[in-house]
Amino acid sequence: MSLAPAEVLSALQGKFAQVTARPSGDHPAVNVPMADAVALLRHLRDERGFDFLVDVTGIDWDVDASPRFSVVWHLFSTRDHGYLRVVAACASDTEPSAPSVAALWPAADWHERETYDLLGIRFENHPDLRRILMWEGYPYHPLRKDFPLAGIDVPLPDLEVGEVTRATAAPAPMVGGPFVASTGEMNLTEAEPRAKDESWDERKEKPDTL
Amino acid sequence: MPTEYAFPDNAAKTADASQELVSEKMSVAMGPSHPSTHGVLRLQLELDGEIVTKCDPILGYLHRGDEKIAENMTYNQFVPYTDRLDYLAPLANNVAYAIAVEKLANLVVPPRCQAIRVIISEMARISSHLLGLGAFAMDTGAWTVFMYQFTEREKLYKLFEELTGARFTTSYTRIGGVARDLPEGWTDRVLGFCDQFLPILDEMLEMLTRNKIFTDRTVGVGVISKEDAIAYGLTGPNLRGSGVPLDLRKDKPYSGYEQYEFDVPVGSKGDSYDRYLCRGEEMKQSVRIIRQAIKNLPGGAWYAEDAVRIFAPRKDKVLTSMEELINNFMIVTEGPQMPAGEVYFEAENPKGALGFFVVSKGGGVPYRMKIRSPSFCNLSILPKICTGVLLSDVVAILGSFDFVMGECDR
Amino acid sequence: MVTSNTDLAYNTKIEDTLVVTKADAVINWLRSSSIWPMPMGLACCGIELMASGNSRFDIARFGAEVMRFSPRQSDCMIVAGTVTYKMAPHVRRIYDQMAEPKWVIAMGACASSGGMYRSYATLQGVDRIIPVDVYVSGCPPRPEALLDALIKMQEKIRRQPAARELLGGAKAKSA
Repeated sequence: MSLAPAEVLSALQGKFAQVTARPSGDHPAVNVPMADAVALLRHLRDERGFDFLVDVTGIDWDVDASPRFSVVWHLFSTRDHGYLRVVAACASDTEPSAPSVAALWPAADWHERETYDLLGIRFENHPDLRRILMWEGYPYHPLRKDFPLAGIDVPLPDLEVGEVTRATAAPAPMVGGPFVASTGEMNLTEAEPRAKDESWDERKEKPDTL
Repeated sequence: MPTEYAFPDNAAKTADASQELVSEKMSVAMGPSHPSTHGVLRLQLELDGEIVTKCDPILGYLHRGDEKIAENMTYNQFVPYTDRLDYLAPLANNVAYAIAVEKLANLVVPPRCQAIRVIISEMARISSHLLGLGAFAMDTGAWTVFMYQFTEREKLYKLFEELTGARFTTSYTRIGGVARDLPEGWTDRVLGFCDQFLPILDEMLEMLTRNKIFTDRTVGVGVISKEDAIAYGLTGPNLRGSGVPLDLRKDKPYSGYEQYEFDVPVGSKGDSYDRYLCRGEEMKQSVRIIRQAIKNLPGGAWYAEDAVRIFAPRKDKVLTSMEELINNFMIVTEGPQMPAGEVYFEAENPKGALGFFVVSKGGGVPYRMKIRSPSFCNLSILPKICTGVLLSDVVAILGSFDFVMGECDR
Repeated sequence: MVTSNTDLAYNTKIEDTLVVTKADAVINWLRSSSIWPMPMGLACCGIELMASGNSRFDIARFGAEVMRFSPRQSDCMIVAGTVTYKMAPHVRRIYDQMAEPKWVIAMGACASSGGMYRSYATLQGVDRIIPVDVYVSGCPPRPEALLDALIKMQEKIRRQPAARELLGGAKAKSA
């Protein structure tokens, strides 16, 4: 049995005045200031029965959006079988950071490492904030919106092998695919299906701006 | 005559003690190419003799960028990528993904479509658990089960192929339905498979359940307590093996699972053996669900007929009606039109809860798609339970976890 | 103890102790009918690789059932699955550790060309880091396709100047 969104909100607002409702397609969702996030999550875990941390992730709301990054926590209650989404916006658009909840749920450890790896959101007080999916020393955060799907040319993780094979982590040739029509645009020329990421390919030079 | 005797033994011991007691710890990289890491997981182990003193899993050797790819294509175009998440149960992934996106569109598919999805999900569960079982048995030294289960899986592949055209990269679901209706006589062949499968399953389980070698390798190895299992976010048979009766099919029913009668097996101790027992029993329950679903298979449409801007129209209509032709063109090029919003949906997949967090700004392309993969969460407990065990136990623990790296690294 | 009934087996009285053939033919025959694969099972294709090793497809019919996870004992690396940039150096190092002569089968679209994973993390074809002898199309290829690739590679091995390479030393190699 899951609580109605309004109930969750009013119950939480009694304790955390800053909490606001967040539009959601399904489960109850709340916005919380980053400073209150850990206190709120601790409260939810200890007193509201949300004992299961399903997921921690981040969203990049576009290059020129502000606040640009949000951190999303999904909680589940093994008692009431309900979900709750907690979202907090990062204060800085250039060096986003968020408090770590690895001390509350050990499950958060890897999720936070992944979010740091792919989006570059630093989690303060994280026990061991290293990259997890990309290799150590990879210079970019691939899920940021300004990073092209094809990738950016960097040396292979093993320099010795890179030297022997002369291979690099070169941008993938996007020639022709994936075909995606620009969304929402009804202008026929604009809506034409095309490779969405046309930054460059093997034949076209890398633009200087990136 | 010396007044004091120096006992040679003791003297030797004193002299050697300083050297003997200092033993260097050995650092061993297990993987990324290792037969028992089931793919490309790498465990950086620190060994004191044969005891593991530290275990640091290193992931990402199969990170292919699925989430970034999802942001660059329409909803239906991403379906083939979900096949390759948990490539032992692609049909279940297809279903989980389709339901997640349908939730975004607030779309309910007709009962026949739901029943089809239940049948294929459960078949995928059997197929995945079979390989998990076989690989686990092989890791602990029993090759026979592996051969037996592959014979069964080939039979399942034959059914999948008949239904979808591919052995395991099925891409069967579409947003708002499935790719095509069930072929004629297919359900009878599925029932036939179920009938002959149960005795063989019993035979396979018999080979392991009371097997002295198997029990010695697994009972009491890799024990996970209830509290730890929840704190580390374990799901699926790994969570239920620890005694937590959480099954989303029962507790958060989707796709009409509430209509079916089935039991949720739970373990008592939380060791590798319990996880094995849970998987064995779950396959039997899956057969139960398949039989009920086929018996009560509703007729009618197998796709949401009212979702005209989401589900591509039938081919015969496309060829005869101008409006449908344009609609088909729009759905293929622009993608199924979704409202803006955020949804999170997770389904009880063979490996655990596979979740999709979809953020949409409207249109046919997701703005952000986060895939919460059960293998990733399940593996995060490894540093804890692989410390202080023997090196050979690590192999048994990994086998009992039944993870798949395609889903873990995405 | 050899029994008197030798007709059923190789009969030295009829065929004598000599067989005349080319050294190339013998060496290549030996090599091609006992390929020991190194199963580089990286992703989905690894499952089809396992399937081809199992009862229904039975890769043993072509003498290639001895899957060895140690590169020192294997002749043919079957790259089955997506090679990511993080994995690429390991694949190359394992290839380097294999003893000569060695061959490579790129199984599936991902290993051959990056396949459907045109992204920042995926190596666009394993031929960028190691030489590939046979490419197999498909995502994943069916086990039959892999067996076909194996037969193609056996044909390729049979055409090699094995004796010259083996016995001719450096002179032959430079030629």
